[in-house]
Amino acid sequence: MDKSKELELKKIATEIRKSIIIQTASAGSGHPGGSLSGVEILTYLYFVEMNIDPKNPKDPDRDRFVLSKGHASPLLYAVLAEKGFISKDELTGFRQIHSNLQGHPDMKKVPGVEMSTGSLGQGLSVANGMALAGKLDGKRYRVYVLLGDGEIQEGQIWEAAMTAAHYKLDNLTAFLDHNGLQIDGKITEVMSPEPVDEKFKAFGWHVIKIDGHDFNQIEKAVAEAKTIKGRPTIIIAETVKGKGVSFMENEAGWHGTAPNKEQAQKALEELQKQLESLEVQG
Amino acid sequence: MAKIATREAYGQVLAEFGEVYKDIVVLDADLSKSTRTEIFKKKFPERFFNIGIAEQDLMATAAGLATCGKIPFASTFAVFAAGRAYDQVRNSIGYPHLNVKIGASHAGVSIGEDGASHQMLEDIALMRVIPGMVVLSPADAASTYECVRLAIEHEGPVYIRLGRLGVEEIYKKGELKLTLGKGIVLQKGTDVGILATGLMVHEAIKAAKMLQDEGVSVYLVDMPCIKPIDVDLILDVAKETGCIVTAEEHNILGGFGSAVSEVLVQNYPVPVKMVGVNDEFGRSGKPEDVLKYYKLTAEEIVNKAKEVMKMKK
Repeated sequence: MDKSKELELKKIATEIRKSIIIQTASAGSGHPGGSLSGVEILTYLYFVEMNIDPKNPKDPDRDRFVLSKGHASPLLYAVLAEKGFISKDELTGFRQIHSNLQGHPDMKKVPGVEMSTGSLGQGLSVANGMALAGKLDGKRYRVYVLLGDGEIQEGQIWEAAMTAAHYKLDNLTAFLDHNGLQIDGKITEVMSPEPVDEKFKAFGWHVIKIDGHDFNQIEKAVAEAKTIKGRPTIIIAETVKGKGVSFMENEAGWHGTAPNKEQAQKALEELQKQLESLEVQG
Repeated sequence: MAKIATREAYGQVLAEFGEVYKDIVVLDADLSKSTRTEIFKKKFPERFFNIGIAEQDLMATAAGLATCGKIPFASTFAVFAAGRAYDQVRNSIGYPHLNVKIGASHAGVSIGEDGASHQMLEDIALMRVIPGMVVLSPADAASTYECVRLAIEHEGPVYIRLGRLGVEEIYKKGELKLTLGKGIVLQKGTDVGILATGLMVHEAIKAAKMLQDEGVSVYLVDMPCIKPIDVDLILDVAKETGCIVTAEEHNILGGFGSAVSEVLVQNYPVPVKMVGVNDEFGRSGKPEDVLKYYKLTAEEIVNKAKEVMKMKK
């Protein structure tokens, strides 16, 4: 990836982080921590990789993205707004009574949302269904799904992991947002799913491990996944929960707590500084 | 006359409609021999997906297929479809109102020997409270054919309740034409209304004959469509007869009788007696013995009819 492209993506990512803070702060609730950790993954998918068109959100040939960890809705909404699927003005209505931006994404209310999610563990199965349909119809679209690392404690994930390998769904790429934290603390202390790489390997998946905040590594991994035939790929992305906001980083407490006015202001100031330093670079 | 179970009819009908509707795909969870979806599988192997013993994955995979324009029929036993995978049905199918058809076989106690763990008596209650879910419960092969047709033609989630037990023909295929949300009047009468669904329609028909032999005029209705329910027909029966017996192979709490009563109490209250399982789990036994044990019989419908007629004002 050339430097200018990377810089541009970093700027978008920072704007998306600001939007996550603004949404959760205006709602007074929501999940900033696990939204911030997945920013680079979604930024790359939506601004570089995926064949999607906000003017034609139901194009049968489009690539699909399923946010299996549906609580990261502010991340998805921010990306969809930045892409033009929804208006940026809607974002401050997040979680409010007359808004379409539900606490967890509703595909019937928001264009660009491919699946209603929120109850954890179901998105991988849904993505499998989309990938199966693609194979059946001879379509060339790819299906992406973002899983939380706490989420994979759900048994259904492993049912779906079997299904994806059994049906050789090489048109499916999963991302694991491996930030290491869930509501009650460290995933390894609450109920360890480790070693996640060995588990997915044993389930017949191609496994790639990357730094989930490094666009170059994301790009390389996504490209590699497309070359793998006969099995699905999971990209285990090492991430930082709360990434980009100093006082939120690596704190489980920011899983499902919104920043108050002062905290939001501090977070936005930090992010603005990051944005300014990116501007200086080009 | 040869008896055909509704699950058998389901398997045959799917294979038949599979010819016409190329978007139909069938998913099963290691029960294709029992749900009879193997008939479809043999004919259209590329459109059949065995998901293994994983009903949660079954339902959500079907949801994913539906988002891409497929018409998935997700099939397994009712106890797993509505019970084990309830959250998947609610959140991944019901909430996004996806076009998934759930073929739930082996409902009720009439599966017999397998016993309570497999005898689903709560599925009508669970499924009909999911907003937008259509709930169908055919009584015989021709009705099953029609229910599958309605399911295909309806855009949105549908739950089809099927039985294991062979049952006699009530209708002739090709002659019966069902409409979504409409019941079937088998005969009109003035003394008591009997509304039945699924397997209990057969007992209701016998009960009506027994009552008529005693000079009772029976308004007899088969209700294959539990949701949306035929409000107009229920009210007509209530107005004509002034008292109603419901019959279902299901817990009387939250089931078909409850659905009928909800209509009556809000519009035209008349006394109701319910034949069904009285808030119990099932038990093992030969199907006919188990049905007798839980009083899912024509005799019990007659008893309740006599009781409810006495309650009329």
